Formats: sequence, structure tokens, C-alpha cells
Amino acid sequence: MREVLQRLQSWAERRLPALTRYRRPESLPIEMHRRRIYIVPTGFGIGFSVLLMVMLAGALNYANNAALLLTCLLGAASSTSMLVAFRSLNGLRLSHIHAGHAIAGQPIELTLSFDSTRARNAIRLDLGRTSVAFALDANVAARVKLALPTARRGWQPVPRLRLWSSWPLGMFRAWSWLNPDQSVLVWPQPEVAGPPPHALADDSRNMRLHQGDELATLRDYRVGDPRRHIAWKASAHHHSLLVKDFEQPQSRPQWQLDWRQLPGLGDEARIARLARWLNEAQAQRRHYSLWLPGTDIPAGGGPLHYAHCMSALAQLP
Amino acid sequence: MTLWLLRKKPALPVDNRAFDLLSLTAALVLGLHAPHLPWWLTIALALTLLGRCWQRRQHVGRVPRWLKLPLLVLLTLAVVTHYGNIFGREPGTALAVGLLILKLLESETARDVRVGVSFACFALMTALLFDQGLLATFVVALGLLPALATLRALEPAQPQISLPRTLLPGLTLLATTLPLALLVFLLVPRLNTPLWGAPSPGDAQTGLSDSMSPGNFTDLLTDDRPALRVSFDGAPPAPDQRYFRAYVMWNYDGRSWRFIESRHAATQAPVPIEASAAISYRINLEPTRQRVLPTLDVPLAAPEQASLLPDREVLADKPVNTQLNYQLQSALHYRLQPALDERSRNLGLRLPVGFNPRALALAGQWRQRYGSDDAAIVQAALSLFHDGGFRYTLAPAPLGRDAVDDFLFDTHEGFCEHYSSAFTVLMRGAGIPARVVTGYLGGYWSNLGDYLLVRNSDAHAWSEVWLAGRGWVRVDPTGAVRPGRVELGAAAAAGDQLAWYRDDWMQGLRNHWDIVNRWWDQGVIGFSALRQRGLLTPFGIRDTDTATLSVLLAIGSVLFVAIGLAWALLRRQPRDALRGTLRELERKLARKGVVRRSGEGPQHYLGRAARAFPGHRNELATLMQSYLELRYAHDDPPAEPLRVFQRAVKDFRIVNVVK
Repeated sequence: MREVLQRLQSWAERRLPALTRYRRPESLPIEMHRRRIYIVPTGFGIGFSVLLMVMLAGALNYANNAALLLTCLLGAASSTSMLVAFRSLNGLRLSHIHAGHAIAGQPIELTLSFDSTRARNAIRLDLGRTSVAFALDANVAARVKLALPTARRGWQPVPRLRLWSSWPLGMFRAWSWLNPDQSVLVWPQPEVAGPPPHALADDSRNMRLHQGDELATLRDYRVGDPRRHIAWKASAHHHSLLVKDFEQPQSRPQWQLDWRQLPGLGDEARIARLARWLNEAQAQRRHYSLWLPGTDIPAGGGPLHYAHCMSALAQLP
Repeated sequence: MTLWLLRKKPALPVDNRAFDLLSLTAALVLGLHAPHLPWWLTIALALTLLGRCWQRRQHVGRVPRWLKLPLLVLLTLAVVTHYGNIFGREPGTALAVGLLILKLLESETARDVRVGVSFACFALMTALLFDQGLLATFVVALGLLPALATLRALEPAQPQISLPRTLLPGLTLLATTLPLALLVFLLVPRLNTPLWGAPSPGDAQTGLSDSMSPGNFTDLLTDDRPALRVSFDGAPPAPDQRYFRAYVMWNYDGRSWRFIESRHAATQAPVPIEASAAISYRINLEPTRQRVLPTLDVPLAAPEQASLLPDREVLADKPVNTQLNYQLQSALHYRLQPALDERSRNLGLRLPVGFNPRALALAGQWRQRYGSDDAAIVQAALSLFHDGGFRYTLAPAPLGRDAVDDFLFDTHEGFCEHYSSAFTVLMRGAGIPARVVTGYLGGYWSNLGDYLLVRNSDAHAWSEVWLAGRGWVRVDPTGAVRPGRVELGAAAAAGDQLAWYRDDWMQGLRNHWDIVNRWWDQGVIGFSALRQRGLLTPFGIRDTDTATLSVLLAIGSVLFVAIGLAWALLRRQPRDALRGTLRELERKLARKGVVRRSGEGPQHYLGRAARAFPGHRNELATLMQSYLELRYAHDDPPAEPLRVFQRAVKDFRIVNVVK
């Protein structure tokens, strides 16, 4: 039933864009305005209006003007809540979307930044079946985190999001579609098990004595230390020269991961294997370089390097 | 910045705040209904409410079903045994309040709470069926605050504020929408007849009075509440036969007619009647706090616990404080008191001395002209009313000391009181025994319910004259003027004026609160279909019918929607003070002919201006420099230099240079 409805909806949006207000992806920032905010009564709103009708009929029938006044007051307040609901979306701005990292099959975390010149309450954001509620203060960006399920590696467009609010009384629901023109990169899923990389031939050549980018400590100068390692500023406060001591040389050999060294495998299998090697290298804090068709990433280490390599893998055709 | 994560679950437990507010609403409802609920039920329900609150503090969750169901049964049983019924106003509201409290036992999800709030709103309204005074209505309206706050509390992601402060937004909402509510209240077409014949609340309502003086009826005539309901055995009488007699008034003091009880002590037996056909009927009388029982025309006998007075009025043994049913037989064609005794004749001819000389002179002329033909004199009086330029209105001009003279020869306007009073005075002046009778005329025949609904607004006064051979004959002089009797527009025109006209200013000054209450009673409670129809009389529309009202309602609503939309769509652009100041400078320069082109930067523009006004070159260069600095050297222009710049722009004057 649900599938049928969804298919019907997508068909309707394709065929009847004017009717279903299907919105094409649009660039950020997206600002809510009157031409894209829709309002419908909620189930409770309909029920409550039926109750109001009953109260109206009763008050008129008994010619009870006090009750009639009360009913009118309640009716006026509830219909005005429609405008309040509209106002709680009107002028709201989605300024940017920041995506985290995730491998295919795991949800990716989206951080959406909303801002507004007014304080707003009880705004809700739906993505598929998940829903997030948030409030925001005037001129302060609200970061809303959403988990977007992923299936395969590569660029994945941010799906249509529904922004809605039934503030203040829950009788009317103002909503609008957000269809940001933005994609998130999903990293490939590494294979579960496989051989270790075998291209370790020229290990010794790549062993580095003083290789290391991260500053470990400061120590006293010893004869023979390269001049560029002297920490001049720190030495100025000290009575002797201090030298920046970098991380100790890698005890582990550097890996050269190469697409061409995996013949006989399908593209996806190669990607999955390379991804696993990248993970292992990262876990073992090795240095590694990566060669891919069209991309050659020189050796390096650390999370940025890892992300660079994974993104390159993810973007392979 | 705040962030709430909602798990998408079908039944999300509500937080304590929403539950507390709902309990507060329920407690308020219970408090409002406490005066008319049996004390034991109030206490039981209050204990249930407290118990539930305590239970929820200990452990969030529904009250188990094995406890809930017996309570429900117990409540129903209690109501049925106490009232003997579950329908009707008292048992219905008792049940409603009880159900609201029981609903609280299972209120754990947002949906439950919303149902509870709706139910509470309904229960609040039913409190007004018992008392629609100003104070009661105000308290009930305040009861909406926790109800609205409960609905707000159900929404996720909102700032946490203290419980009393949660009530404030509801107050703002109600206050801002009050004008719309008043408009709708004013224009919603009132029902002329109830949709269903449910008994109307009958507290402190007064029916006819035992005296009749000018303005005394207007209260009744603008009161649309039911007075009595009549069902007939057989066909109802023709509309012009539906006269319900209540008081027969003999005594006239120049100002008001009075019904005197002392007369009944003297002569006990009712006057004889020769009736040809009798009609049998049952009357359901709304409480009047008086003893008189209106009867269709002349009754043949008194019902139980009531007595028949000499003039064949029916007086109950006790004042009617609750609805009363009585069965009667009446004659529509009869001869009442064919032989008039001397005492009655004297009473029926007595007039106060020194009042209304012109009326008495006119009556004397008639007597001379028609001789002993009493019927001709009656006819002459009726034709005077019919052709003498008399007008029926509920807002007549005030009358002086000689009220009948003023009315007959001066104002020519009035309603049934004026006509019957003047007619009776004329008859007495001409030597025909006459008296004033008050009661009801007409009513609405409900085909569905098979009964005649007579309202207070159907109150009427007419005359009876004694003619030889025919006994007392009913003469309705109002009918001579306005056969349709009540023209709604004219009647309703009285609506607002009457409040002042009848108001006793001295008393009003003594008691301000009473004025407010009175204003409430007349302006809001008494705003009936009749008054509604006269709403537009000041604008020349005499009868505002339902269609006009609907159109007005639509127009008014559209206006309010427009205002609301303007508010909703209003967006304040963040004001850029620096930009505004530059605009001011641009305006000053533009007045002298240097207009900034579109797409022209400030530097270029001000440079151009400096060339155009060489005398101000230095000033303009300074201004440009400070503008550029303020604009581009900081994210936000710092306050003090901005002020300096603003002052400089303000003081900038271009002195015309004569070349």
C-alpha cells in the first residue's frame, strides 16, 4: 500500500508539477516565503473544528450568548493559529548543509544550518521517516543533525526534505519542501577480508629516519641538528638553543597502493580492496600513497590524507 | 541553539508539563461546575484527579484498565441514580465533567491530551449553560488559557519557561483575536427557533410583570428566551386566536396599570362564563418567579395547585421557580360575565382625576356622536388608531404627565402598551367599562415538535371592553395599527436606545458594577435575533436578514484575514544605519541635481558630486572617506564613528553658488 502511494506520488510529481508543487533542486541558501509554504489542518484541527461547530450549534440553539462568545473566541484563536504556523516558517533560511563521512551502507550525518531574524519554536524537519525538531533563536544559526541512509559509493544527492511546523496549537500544519541542490560523497565499503598489499618491494628505500610531520617535543640542541629545526622563538625565552624534535621515524614500511597491481578483479572489487587497505593502513598509522586511474596521491598519513584517498576512491567512475 | 531528536514512535509519551497543564484545565473545569454538581461527586472527582497526578509523579503510565472501567461504570451509575437520567443539562454536564477527569487517567500520548483538551473546552462551554453572567463568562474564558497552553506544551522544541508564564501566550492569542471573535459574535445569524426543543436554562428570568407602565415591556420584547410551550389536544387554534391571558389590570393611576390582589379577597368566585366550544391543552411554563399562570384566552377551570381568580386569571399557589406543566381547558368563543355587577362597572370606569383632558374630551365627543352605541365607539377608536397616522415602534418618544394625551395627539408612536393603555382610557372616558389585559400573543408553531413555542418577546397587552349582551370582549388596538404586530426592524431599533431610556441613572451611579453587569446582560446576553435584525438600523437598513448578515460576516472575515495576512507576511528588513545615512546624503545631493546612477559605486558618485559642487569638495571627500572606512574596514560599522558620520551627513548643506 505504501509503495503504491509513493509510486503514485512520484508519478504525480513528474506529470503534474504545477499541481504537486514539485520543486526542482535549488541552490542554497533556501529561504521560506509565502509562495512555497502550504498549510493544511491536521487531524486534530479537523476534529477541533467539528467540536467548534457542535459548540456553535449548541450555543445558538440554547440562545446562550455567553457560550456563543466563548465559541467565537475559541474559533478565532484557532484560526489565527494558522497564521502563526505560517509565520513560524516564513523567513526561515537554510544557509548551508555540511555532510560528514560515511561508507556505503551506513548513514551519513548531515548538519543543516538554519538561521532567521526571529526566534522560532517547534520547527520540524523530516527526512524519509526520521524527524528532527528544533528551535532557533534570533540571528543565531541552529545546526540540525540528520542521518541520511546511504546505499552505494559516490555522489549522492541530498534528498528532498520536508520542513514543517504545527506550532502553536497543533491544529494547522505549515510545510514546505526543501530540495537543496547539493550532493554528499559516500565512501566505498571496504571488503570484509582479503590479502594484504604485496607491493612492499622497496621498503628499505622508503624507510625514513626523520620523517614525521608532527611536532613531538622540544629538546636541547645537539651538534649536527639541522638549523631549520631550531625553535628560534622558544629559544629566545631560554638560555640555550632548543630544537624541534619530530616524530620518530616510521618503524613500519610505507605502502604503495596501486590500482594497477590488482589485475583480474572487477572495478568494484578493486575499490573495495583498496578501501580495506586504506583502513588497515590508517589503523596501523602507516604512510601510504595511492595510485588510481587519473589520480596519483603521493604518500602521506593522518586523517586528512585518509579522507582524501577515500574520496578519490569514492569518485571513481 | 537547541536541538531535540524525536524518535518516530506511534505513541510518544507526553512530558510532565503538558500533563500538568491538562490537569490544571480539568481542575478548573471541575471548579466551575462544582456549584451545581452534587458535593460528593465533586469530591470524588477531585480525589480521582489528585490521585492520578500523584500516580503519574511516581510512575509515568496509564492507569490500568481494571481500575478505569469500574470507575467509568461507577460514574455512570452515580449520575443515573442521582438525576434519574443521563440526558438533560445537569446530568449531561455531570457526566461530561466526570468523563473529562476519567480521560485524564489514560492521557499519556499527545493524542489523548488533545482529545482531553477538546473535551475540556466543551465542558467549559457547558458551564455557561448554568450561569452566563459577566463574571462567570470571564472565568470560563480564563479557563481557556491552560487549555491553549496544554496544546502548546505538546509541541516539541520550545524554550522551557515556568508554568505561570506558559499561560501568557494564550492570553495574547485570545486578546488579539478578540475583535474577530466579537465580529463573528455580532454577525452569526441567530436562530429564530431552536433546532431541537431542549429546555432552556431558566434562571432568574422574569416574565410578565403585574403592572404595566411605559417601557416596562421592552425588556421582554427584546428577550428571545422561551416563556412557555403549549401542546394542544387536536388542532392548534388559528394564529389570531392565540391570546394567552396572564394579568387583568383594572387600576390606572395616570402612569401605570396595576393588577391588584386585594380585589380577589373580596369576591372569591370567578365570573360566570357561557362557553360554546372548549379547547384542551397542556402548557410547559418556564420559571418566572411569579405566581401567575398564563392561559389560552379564558380558562374554564384552574389546574391543580392553582386557583381561578374572579377575572379568570390563574394564580398558582406558589411562585413558579422551576419548569411547570399544567393542563387546562379554555373557551375561545364565549360570553364572559354577561351581567356586570355595579362594583365591577365602577372599577371599569374609574379614571385618575386631572389626567389626559384631551383624550377624555375626544371620548366625550364620540359618546355624543354615537349615542348609546358602544360598539360604534369602539370602532371609532380603532379607526383612529388605524387612520390617525400612528406608528408601531419599540422605541417611542418619551411621554409626559398626560401620557395618553401625548401619545394620542402628539407622538403617535408606541407599541402594544401604549395602544392598549390609550384605548382603555378612551373607552373609560366614553363610559364603556374597560380594562387592560397582559399576556402573550402568537408564538412559533413547531411542526416537528407539535407544539407552540411562546417567547418572552411575544408578550403583549390588549384591552377588554364590556359590551351589553356580549360581556367582556377582547379588543386589540395594536392590531388596528399593525396587523402583523411586530415588525422586526422597528422593534429591534429599540435595542440600544432602551438601555438608556430605562436606565435609572441614580442607581447606576450608586452601583457601577451593576451597570457593567447590566451592560453585559443587555449587550451580550440579550443580543437576540430580534436585536440582531435591528443591528443596521442606524445605517438605514431596518431588517437585517440572514443573507445580509452572512454577507457582512464574509466581508468582515475577509478584512480580518487581510489584517492577519499583513501581519504574517510582514518582514522587517534588518536596518542598516550606514546605508540609511548614505541614502540621506544621496537625497540631499539629488535635490541639487546630482542623482546616483544605478550601478554607480559610492566612491564614483561622491567624486562626481565633489566635482559638481567644488565648494564642498573637502566636505564630500571627508564624508566619502569615512563612509568607505565604516563600510569596508569593519564587519559592522563601529558605533561612535557611525554617529559622527550621521551627524556630518545631517549637518551637510549645499550652499547655492551663484556663478
